[in-house]
Amino acid sequence: MTALWLLPAIPVIISAAILLLPERMTKAVSLVGATVQFLAIILLTLCFLSERSDGDQSVFLFQQRIEWFSSWKIGLHFGVDGISIAMILLTAAVVTAGILVSWNLKQQQKEFFILLQLLAAGAYGFFISLDIFTMFCFLEIAVIPKYMLIGIWGSGKKTYSANKLALMLMSGSALILVGILFMYYQLPVESRSFDFITMAAHPLPLNIQLVIFPFIFIGFGIFTAIFPFHTWVPDGHSSAPTAGSMFLAGISMKLGGFGCLRVATTLMPEAAQYYSIPIVVIAAIAILYGAFATMMQTDLKYINAYSSISHCGFVLLGIGFLNHSGINGAVFQMVSHGLMTALFFAVIGMIYERTHTRKVSEMSGLMKSVPFISAIMFIAGLCSLGLPGLSGFPAEMTVFMGGWARSETVYRVVTIAACMSIVITAVYILRAIGTVMMGPIKNNSFAVLDKAAWNEKWAALILVTGILIMGILPYLLYSLVNPATGEIIKKLSKG
Amino acid sequence: MNNPGLYHMLFVSTALFFIGVYGFFTRRNLITMLMSIELILNSVCLNFIAFNKYAWPGKMDGLFFTLFIIAAAAAEAALAIAIIINLYRSHNTIDVNAAEEMKY
Amino acid sequence: MSEQSYILLIPLMPFLAFLLLGIPGKGAFSRTAGYIAGFAMLISAAISIYTAIGYFSDWGKLNGVYQQLNPVHYTWLQFTPDLSIDMGVLLDPVSVMMLVVISFISLMVHIYSISYMKGEERYNIYFSFLSLFSFSMLALVMSANIFQMYIFWELVGVSSFLLIGYYYQKPSAVAASKKAFIVTRFADLGLLIGILIVGFQAGTFDFRVLIEHLGNPGHEILTLRQNDFSPISWGMLLIFIGGAGKSAMLPLHIWLPDAMEGPTPVSALIHAATMVVAGVFLVARLFPVYYFSAWQVLPIISWVGVLSALFAAIIACTQTDIKRVLAYSTMSQIGFMMFALGVSGFGTEGLGFTASQFHLFTHAFFKALLFLCAGLVIHHVHSNEMRDMGGLKKSMPITHICFLIACLAIAGIPPFAGFFSKEEILMAAYERSKPVYWIALFTSALTAFYMFRLYFRIFWNANPHHESHHKEGPAGQLFTLIVLAAGAVVLGFIPFGNYVSTDGKPLSTGLHLVFSVAPVLLGLAGILTAFWFYKKQSDRADRFASGAGSLYQWAFHKFYIDEVWLFITRKIIMKGIGTSAAWVDKNIVDGAVNLSGNSTVRFSEKIKKIQSGKVQLYGLVYLVSVVLVVLIIIYFINRN
Repeated sequence: MTALWLLPAIPVIISAAILLLPERMTKAVSLVGATVQFLAIILLTLCFLSERSDGDQSVFLFQQRIEWFSSWKIGLHFGVDGISIAMILLTAAVVTAGILVSWNLKQQQKEFFILLQLLAAGAYGFFISLDIFTMFCFLEIAVIPKYMLIGIWGSGKKTYSANKLALMLMSGSALILVGILFMYYQLPVESRSFDFITMAAHPLPLNIQLVIFPFIFIGFGIFTAIFPFHTWVPDGHSSAPTAGSMFLAGISMKLGGFGCLRVATTLMPEAAQYYSIPIVVIAAIAILYGAFATMMQTDLKYINAYSSISHCGFVLLGIGFLNHSGINGAVFQMVSHGLMTALFFAVIGMIYERTHTRKVSEMSGLMKSVPFISAIMFIAGLCSLGLPGLSGFPAEMTVFMGGWARSETVYRVVTIAACMSIVITAVYILRAIGTVMMGPIKNNSFAVLDKAAWNEKWAALILVTGILIMGILPYLLYSLVNPATGEIIKKLSKG
Repeated sequence: MNNPGLYHMLFVSTALFFIGVYGFFTRRNLITMLMSIELILNSVCLNFIAFNKYAWPGKMDGLFFTLFIIAAAAAEAALAIAIIINLYRSHNTIDVNAAEEMKY
Repeated sequence: MSEQSYILLIPLMPFLAFLLLGIPGKGAFSRTAGYIAGFAMLISAAISIYTAIGYFSDWGKLNGVYQQLNPVHYTWLQFTPDLSIDMGVLLDPVSVMMLVVISFISLMVHIYSISYMKGEERYNIYFSFLSLFSFSMLALVMSANIFQMYIFWELVGVSSFLLIGYYYQKPSAVAASKKAFIVTRFADLGLLIGILIVGFQAGTFDFRVLIEHLGNPGHEILTLRQNDFSPISWGMLLIFIGGAGKSAMLPLHIWLPDAMEGPTPVSALIHAATMVVAGVFLVARLFPVYYFSAWQVLPIISWVGVLSALFAAIIACTQTDIKRVLAYSTMSQIGFMMFALGVSGFGTEGLGFTASQFHLFTHAFFKALLFLCAGLVIHHVHSNEMRDMGGLKKSMPITHICFLIACLAIAGIPPFAGFFSKEEILMAAYERSKPVYWIALFTSALTAFYMFRLYFRIFWNANPHHESHHKEGPAGQLFTLIVLAAGAVVLGFIPFGNYVSTDGKPLSTGLHLVFSVAPVLLGLAGILTAFWFYKKQSDRADRFASGAGSLYQWAFHKFYIDEVWLFITRKIIMKGIGTSAAWVDKNIVDGAVNLSGNSTVRFSEKIKKIQSGKVQLYGLVYLVSVVLVVLIIIYFINRN
């Protein structure tokens, strides 16, 4: 099983196929491709689990290294641990669902699906790379298509949003690049390499870590909407086409969280300890502030975008706690938020296609006209407010547990503050759902709307299944993620 | 004092150079500017010859360079005139300030 | 897994019904849904009763003490090596009693609903939600782990939300459902933080271990007996806040009256008999911990309970919507259960605990009965308002009798069920706290008054301006009334102390005839007052009300507590914090981003002038720069 390189390669092959084949086959090719990819990833997960149960205790499985730029020791080094597997599964689900909801796209189909595939390639590559430079390259690959997705197929003030998003994410990348070059040059000359394993084997001195850590953490943090660098989120999400929003919130924001965990925290454990309190405080601010700001939004996409800021705060919060439960919670929250928010955006897209509005106040009583879509929206909303049985609950609880396990007062205060967000979340979710779905139908043109089509049903089904599996059987994800977290904790406690 | 030495040569060459530079920066007419450039080139040629004669009398490098410059200057003049003619055709003038499409 | 694993079927049956009825969506099973859900409930009620019989008479006892059994257990989500959310079943007298109450009342409500909800467009959805509720409530009371309980606690909340908002096209129902969810969610925040505090202090979330660690006199922290609030006390106080939210205690009760927007059987099941007593159940479940490790909280519990009972009773006297009157009476009765726990002792002094659970048990029956009767009445006159009712005793004889029985029971008139349980509560209060006792006594007189006000206004008084032609109600509904009425008559004779007590040992709760005189006489006085006011149409009550003046006005407006909450949420949280957060985001945070973008643009606007397109200028700049560079180089060379 050394075919990990196929993960990013498959989307590229699909894009090539889309490019060469006639336009009418575009959708079919990308759907088939994504499904194959999805199945391959499930197979990979099974292989991973069986390998683990056979007693393979190495941190990264299925490693494979191809020298790429040998004078700088940059290589295509792939390998997966439990966290990457979880992220890849999430990506596969979101990509497949995203392709399904874009089924009715009319304009420039070929380009659209090629860009989606490239984005997916970037994300897959990012999650499996064990070479920091290659990881960075894949990160960039995942950014550029977003600019075009928003700029070309977007709505509203799309140029502004696309610029803002690309510029802010690029500045994040710039910080990361500075950070990783700095790290590279800190290594002893003979073992200079961008390879993750090598870097991990040569821990940096504390004073150097303290300088580099903020660069990398904030750089990746921008991707995951760290306060106060979060403003690309609402504009970007609301201008993007449906699949674009799904990818943005479901996958891109996870790139940041994953990077914070894999690069910043694992390679610079002492600095992570040192900066732990600022991180959790900022995360708690993001959680509460995002939640309060959400309360005043009137556009469904803005509501979900701001709530994403709040929810992604939990990822950083969990990472900031730096203990088993906290980091597990961060990973859970990444998976949960990815699924849930993709579902939410998919539903908003479906509603928008029918009502041509996203203003909460202009809609009412949609439960009557589109029961299926409303039910799905309801599930997404309940997941967002952390209802047990859906994925949000185990994630948030695990993060809270992590916070409470740190006995210092600051962490407890922060945890309580973060707990408060579950009430505020309930307020804004119920306000949105109550107005949009319940009540009498005020606008008569919404009395009869198209029922959900097959592609919409499947898209929703894939994501809802994910949410339910994670919500009802959280120990599956736990057993996948926990050993990998254990390795990170081992690093942290060594320092 | 009767025999002109290196310093005299250099003085003439420098004067020639700055006259050229002055002309290049102040004249608006492209032909005059071209002429100024020729002056600058000539001052360089003069330098080469002077140094060749006084500093390394046994060598020919300076002379060769001068010949090269003359050839290059001829080519350059031809090219420049061609450009000027084209500019005149499109702008009906050979005033250098008229050709500022490449500004911000 | 053990031989009692069949208990899992109790919650599982309604869960399967929920899936079966809910997944196909609106319109499926349009005739059979009620029977399917009812059948599932029947099975789980049967298993519950079987379990109860087995537990109380056979395998529950060890050396004459009821055990806490944990027949099913597995880890659901691990946090740290010690702390995890486990899914398990915990059986003790309280949970077994609750299983019986919930599954039985739920069965009755299912049967009642089969005909009551007939013709609804979302018939199957109604039953699937009802099954979801039954599932979560049953699982809640069986929970072996406090976090597991929290999970089902939330699920109960959401199913209550779904059922209150069942008529989702009615704006008031939507508002009520949102209010209920958000208020209880707010209280759940307390519960969650309380769980975190207590769980970490005790090092476990498992009820049995928790109680073992914190709920026995030998524990080392307890030897201090300091009067300060220890972390555990704070945690237990927060847990109580969670319970108070669910059980509609002051000042978190505001959602309960509005929750009556749901279909009446739902009110009977969720907002009278089962879900709202979850708070009482929670406190009872953790009672040893309260008693031994957080005794400072117990007086708070008893005062909150008794004040809620009093407030609700006063408000109930002034309301005119019959479901709202019943809602306030529910709140008042839960107040009784709550303060009984607050004044309870442990072991042989644990009368309050037993009394509270006993009242919970009997109350479930007669309150469900009252609601189901009210449902019939409302269907009969098509209105919730008292003024549209009156003189119904002729046209609805069975309902009339059943309602009367329930009223007598709640008023505490012997030999009905409520008498026994309320006597025990009063007795417990009398022994441990006199002020609480006097307030409770007054409240129980008020209870008799407002219940009989309701009774006389509905069934006596004057005349029905609409002669109703239809029958009293379908046989299925009347059947449930009769069964519950029978329960309200006989259940008081159960020697409850033998089964449910703080420490599992039987507790003798003898009846003291002399003691009962005062409450019963006061109850009768309340009834007579109501009789005098409302038997016939008269202006006596109105004159009295205007005499009471502002007190009446305050009570009629529910002491303006809703308005205070509205002010806090709308004005302070939404307008104050929400708007300012949104403003800050738009103007300051985003402003900074835009500023950096704009200033870059402006800066390049400024410097682009240099790119003038004038060749000579370029040349000049070039020349000057070259000269400068040369000068600099010369300078540095010379310096060395």
